[in-house]
Amino acid sequence: MEMNKIDAIIDRYNKAPSALLAIMQDVQDQERYLPREAMDRIAQQLSVPIARVYQMATFFESFHLEPRGKHICTVCMGTACHVRGATRLVEALERDLEIASGETTKDLQFTIEEVNCVGACALGPLVIIDGEYHGTMTSGRLGKLVKKMKKASAKEDAGGDN
Amino acid sequence: MSVTFSINGVKVEAATGDNVLDTARTNGFEIPSLCHHEAVSPYGACRLCLVEINKGGRKKITTSCNYEVLDGIDVKTDSPEIHKHRAMVLELILAEAPKSEQVQALAAQYGVKQSRFANAKNDEAQKDRDNCILCGLCTRVCSEIVEVNALTFNGRGDKRGVGSPYLEQPQTCIACGACAWVCPTDCIGFSEEDGVRKVHRWGRELPMAKDENGRPVAPVFQLHHFKKRVGLPDDFFKKAPGSR
Repeated sequence: MEMNKIDAIIDRYNKAPSALLAIMQDVQDQERYLPREAMDRIAQQLSVPIARVYQMATFFESFHLEPRGKHICTVCMGTACHVRGATRLVEALERDLEIASGETTKDLQFTIEEVNCVGACALGPLVIIDGEYHGTMTSGRLGKLVKKMKKASAKEDAGGDN
Repeated sequence: MSVTFSINGVKVEAATGDNVLDTARTNGFEIPSLCHHEAVSPYGACRLCLVEINKGGRKKITTSCNYEVLDGIDVKTDSPEIHKHRAMVLELILAEAPKSEQVQALAAQYGVKQSRFANAKNDEAQKDRDNCILCGLCTRVCSEIVEVNALTFNGRGDKRGVGSPYLEQPQTCIACGACAWVCPTDCIGFSEEDGVRKVHRWGRELPMAKDENGRPVAPVFQLHHFKKRVGLPDDFFKKAPGSR
């Protein structure tokens, strides 16, 4: 994490304490989570107690205090998806990515998340990968999808090294 | 500016901006509460200070601690209906703080001996909450009176808790013990032993400074905070109490 990027966000809001939430959202957009150093920096720069920043960061479900993967796999666990086997989809993801639900892979590529309903019940069971909705999912298709993504991200990484 | 209204049929006067609870207590009416202290801002968390307010013919039951006094309102501090609501609230609080003597006594007053509700603290994440009822007195005292902001609420819903940022030993805490003193369920814990001040729940431990007779006064950090706020000379607390 580069501190000057955090500072740039804080400066964009003129260090206004009332912009705390907006600043935290922008930092999370950039880092994919809220690093502790960033929260300390925001508190110090805005002259807001760190207790207040921490309270807000833990209050909102959309803030994450742990690093998250580049690709977010969200499995809908709403009633409709649940009865159509969403639990099996979570299990399939856990097996393929070798992490538990809610965790992030060591290489910071994938995160598995569960959500209680996304309001697209007719499409259930539903998996959302990087914002794209995949309806009537099966563990077989999900496995193929993950394999493809793993390959793509490995390629991307190799490309980045050259 | 003053406001005139009635409590249980008795005319009372209060200043604009006062709340109903404090005014009622000043005038000798009893209203139970757990989350209120006149020194800090009202919060309306415990829901025990419920009263019936009749405003221009419209009645409603609401918390009196955060209800601002108004000309001509009619306040009833007790009725069978209010009693019923308080008993319900106490049953819920008792489930949160089954070991607290104050809560038990208050519940008994309202005929509640046992709670029908499960204790949420059987949950792993809630284990360290003990008898905490999340009234927010400790956090308000810490930010409004002591002004060090060492404590805060965290999470929300059934995961809501109270503690220091990152749940570590609070770095800005001066171990003054105000939180432990104000806590209505005594779930924080405070001790002074062998020249060390401890605030148990937050895990804060600070060595205490000694005066010229070698008696422990208070944690160095706390004295520093006092000296800065009041503008006392540097050696003020080194002198024995009689010679300051």
